[in-house]
Amino acid sequence: MLKRVHFGPSLLPFLLVAPQIAVTLIFFMWPAGQALYQSFLIEDAFGFSSEFVWFENFQVLFEDKYYLASFQRTAIFSLSVAGMAMGLALLMAAMVDRIIKGVMAYQTMLIWPYAVAPVVAGALWVFMFDPTLGIFAYALNTVGYDWNHKLNGDEAMLLVVFAATWKQIAYNFLFFVAAIQSIPKSLIEAAAIDGAGPLRRFWTIIFPLITPTTFFLLVVNIVYAFFDTFGIIHAITQGGPAKATEILVYKVYNDGFIGLDLGGSAAQSVILMGIVIVITVIQFRYIERKVEY
Amino acid sequence: MIENRPFVTVLAHLTLILGVAIVAFPIWITFVASTHEAARMTQVPLPLWPGDQFFTNLKTVLFDGVGGSNATPVWLMMTNSLIMAMMISIGKIIISLMSAFAIVYFRFPFRMGFFWMIFMTLMLPVEVRILPTFEVVANLHMLNSYWGMSVPLIASATATFMFRQVFLTIPDEMLEAARVDGAGPMRFFWDILIPLSRTNIAALFVILFIYGWNQYLWPLLITTDSGYFTVVMGIKQMLESAEQSPDWHLIMMTALLAMLPPIIVVLSMQKMFVKGLTETEK
Repeated sequence: MLKRVHFGPSLLPFLLVAPQIAVTLIFFMWPAGQALYQSFLIEDAFGFSSEFVWFENFQVLFEDKYYLASFQRTAIFSLSVAGMAMGLALLMAAMVDRIIKGVMAYQTMLIWPYAVAPVVAGALWVFMFDPTLGIFAYALNTVGYDWNHKLNGDEAMLLVVFAATWKQIAYNFLFFVAAIQSIPKSLIEAAAIDGAGPLRRFWTIIFPLITPTTFFLLVVNIVYAFFDTFGIIHAITQGGPAKATEILVYKVYNDGFIGLDLGGSAAQSVILMGIVIVITVIQFRYIERKVEY
Repeated sequence: MIENRPFVTVLAHLTLILGVAIVAFPIWITFVASTHEAARMTQVPLPLWPGDQFFTNLKTVLFDGVGGSNATPVWLMMTNSLIMAMMISIGKIIISLMSAFAIVYFRFPFRMGFFWMIFMTLMLPVEVRILPTFEVVANLHMLNSYWGMSVPLIASATATFMFRQVFLTIPDEMLEAARVDGAGPMRFFWDILIPLSRTNIAALFVILFIYGWNQYLWPLLITTDSGYFTVVMGIKQMLESAEQSPDWHLIMMTALLAMLPPIIVVLSMQKMFVKGLTETEK
């Protein structure tokens, strides 16, 4: 990874990496270390003294039924978002592959939600499903269904899943289109000559060949659902009703900033860091698409 | 196209049109809501067709803000968002270019150590360490400042990796030629590496601008002075402050304004955007 032809040692390279390293140390490493340290402490209610308690914070967390429920909820949420966003995007990408005219037009129309901030996406969806005014709530009401995500936890979860999916389709779509287009046309043609119809060709040739992309997107989508959907939840449900949409990231925020439980929040941060590290390792180790080091 | 199956082609177009309709519908509803007056926005069912109050609402939102007399005008929030987005995207590009240059073109002690340290930032998204990071920024007296909003976010492993990849594809002869002509490292950096990575810088800028503009949790935590509120935060506050009867027409106008700059960037630089997205893979 070092160029064969390169410059010799001097002060310059240190100066060049200095800003990045300074930011990394001050705003990444130090806070991460602090989180680790605080996760072993219990502070009294007034913040005057703290006691070193080893793993008690973690122990409390794993005995806390709300925390375990939040884990389960996060799993349901991220799998639903990943499944729906990838399924819809793959459908669109397969359709785009079939057509000749208007590919760019469709692509343009499909990709813009990527640019919308999560919290703005949340505002849009909460407006459309507002129990008293929302256009969809009204439509559901006319067919006899009483929608109220402010009271019904399942409906609230459904709504945040919709909003999160809507924002992520664009990203998946672009990657699926690129993957499908990179499949050699001769393979598809050979299958067509052998009499395989479009659906059969998709399942036996296209779908297996894009597996690396599918797997890569699965990881990216799960990371997205875990960490980038804070704004959506904050705008739509704020974790409610009755914690029905409180995913892990939201709970860290809620316990730390609203509940002021420093040790507990830090312990949750540490667990989340562990999850990110595992996901990153999987991403770099098992995904061929990724550059090599 | 492999074979001629008109039915399947029609089906493909229909599916895509339906998909586009689903994707675009929320944005259409936002636009429609932003063109009506307050009274219309309280009657069920809400309109599906634009009204004539677009410019009135635009003016109200931009200069008066939403939610009472001491509301922050949206033009100020938009300016804050723009400053933050530009500081984050340009800052990330500059420091990543510099560190990729050092790592690829210099042999120096701890080179790989620095590389792995930058790599680690990938594993520490701000969402998982918000409280301690907040404390650091508070101790540095960076709350309520543009520096505090942007600097903690500008370390970037993905950008560094991308520039590293780009530099590795640049032929060694370039450096040899530059050396023969008597160019030092910085001259080589400015006159050869930067011009050669121009399209990558542009592609990355598109992605990072969107990332910066859409930042939410971080500015929300560290700004309490309404003069520093960004438009993305503003929307949430509008939703909150008017829990009973939100001024939907004004909130949706603000939402429209908040998504306009990133959408314009994506659509006007679509090729760059796709390139940036697929190359940085995030």
